[in-house]
Amino acid sequence: MMRIEEKLFQNRYRVDSGYAHIEISDADICATQCHDKPCTFCCPAGCYVEDPGGRVTLITDGCLECGTCRVICTEYRNVSWEYPRGGYGILFKFG
Amino acid sequence: MTEHFDAIVVGAGPAGNTAAYTLAKAGLKVLQIERGEYSGSKNVQGAILYSDALERIIPDFREDAPLERHIIEQRMWVLDEESYVGGTYRSADFSKTPYNRYTIIRSQFDRWFSQKVRDAGALVVCETTVLDLHRDGHRVVGVRTDRENGSVYADVVILADGVNSLLARKAGFHEEIKPRDVALAVKEIHFLPESTIEERFNVTGTEGVVIEMAGKITKGMVGTGFLYTNRESVTIGIGCLLSDFKKGGVAPYVLLEQMKAHPAIRPLLSGSEMKEYTAHLIPEGGYNAIPALYGDGWLMVGDAGMFVNAVHREGSNLAMTTGQIAAQTVIELKAQGKPMTARNLSVYRRRLEGSFVMKDMKKYKDIPDIMDKNRQFFVAYPQLVSSAAHTMLTVDGTDKKSKERAVFKSFTAARSRLGLLADVFKLWRAFE
Repeated sequence: MMRIEEKLFQNRYRVDSGYAHIEISDADICATQCHDKPCTFCCPAGCYVEDPGGRVTLITDGCLECGTCRVICTEYRNVSWEYPRGGYGILFKFG
Repeated sequence: MTEHFDAIVVGAGPAGNTAAYTLAKAGLKVLQIERGEYSGSKNVQGAILYSDALERIIPDFREDAPLERHIIEQRMWVLDEESYVGGTYRSADFSKTPYNRYTIIRSQFDRWFSQKVRDAGALVVCETTVLDLHRDGHRVVGVRTDRENGSVYADVVILADGVNSLLARKAGFHEEIKPRDVALAVKEIHFLPESTIEERFNVTGTEGVVIEMAGKITKGMVGTGFLYTNRESVTIGIGCLLSDFKKGGVAPYVLLEQMKAHPAIRPLLSGSEMKEYTAHLIPEGGYNAIPALYGDGWLMVGDAGMFVNAVHREGSNLAMTTGQIAAQTVIELKAQGKPMTARNLSVYRRRLEGSFVMKDMKKYKDIPDIMDKNRQFFVAYPQLVSSAAHTMLTVDGTDKKSKERAVFKSFTAARSRLGLLADVFKLWRAFE
């Protein structure tokens, strides 16, 4: 089975170093209040990872800009979501 | 950018391109803003292009549009763990010109469309993200972009910014999307030699095949899979309601891997080279989820307005048609010297109601709810049909009458006689 990292490796990105277009607003909410953490298994690029301490880390480099994380965080609205700056992010070769 | 435009179009998918093209053709001063490196670089679709909608905009599109294969065969598969039961419709009639539908590769197609928009006279600015709408009281008067001094103004702003439509949400025109109103689809493109595709799918020249799939591949979630043939590649994908993904169980990319490993699908991809993995939300909430589509100084088109007919897998054609009707509305108001008020722009919604767009959306308005509440269509029935076929097609010394009884019993055991009747009734009501 092909791992998500191998899939994303095929894609073309222009990463906006030092600027993340998506941020977790309050990391404590993920750690202490959100039990299901749907972002960690719904994000199609696997950008959200839960560490052993129950904290969620987000690395947006592989983001496919679909909006899933923004839409599923219905209980806490804890995802601050913007599009990348113009020209940055995923650049689909085929789309 | 302090110039004033007749119209600003945000986004360069099929809806935005159609709107910008139609407005520019009519001589209006149009600015189109796209956040990608070029028009198409942020856009994802299966992708099937329905000729009719585009013909009404660019009648001679076939002369230079980058088209992959014209579809002559449609297969519908209902998959169990190791099997599928299917139906196929193939006709040589679909190989008579003008062709009815094509597979396309969106980054190429959208770039072509964008050139038409420029040729028509619109100013197309890429690599620019629109951050907010400028408002004067209730009225939208322009947009703020991420460029330096990046505010720009117009009589009307057409929001073609796709399913997420952040602008309408930030402005308070719309609530946040509900997870049950969108499907999350993931897709890969696999390259194969042209000759291999022809042999494997029993086609020649630019003929192509579409396979739509349902059943066990979605693990009980409401959703479907697909495989489309391009000239030198196939796209394979699967999409399910986001509210179902949220319940947990399987990550989208794992679901796609498992689908690719199905014994009926794996051979179709054998020896291919995967070159891109994409994901996209598809607005599938239907008619009841359509948000406000116009207001003072703004109109909304395409995915942003939930214009997808999930039953018939139509979206890009609805995007084009809504883009065209929105543009025509603006052109007429402009010609009459009328302001772009909500009252005047309401003509857009009325025209949509009179077109196939809203008629189709209305016809299937109950489907999302029925599918959501009746999981048997995605779980029990695929299994029942598959095992019935297996029973009837296995020669093992059992007489056929007994086999028929066993099949009928398996159906009534799973759904009861009344349940079977109720299911037929539900489907009939949903599709009537």
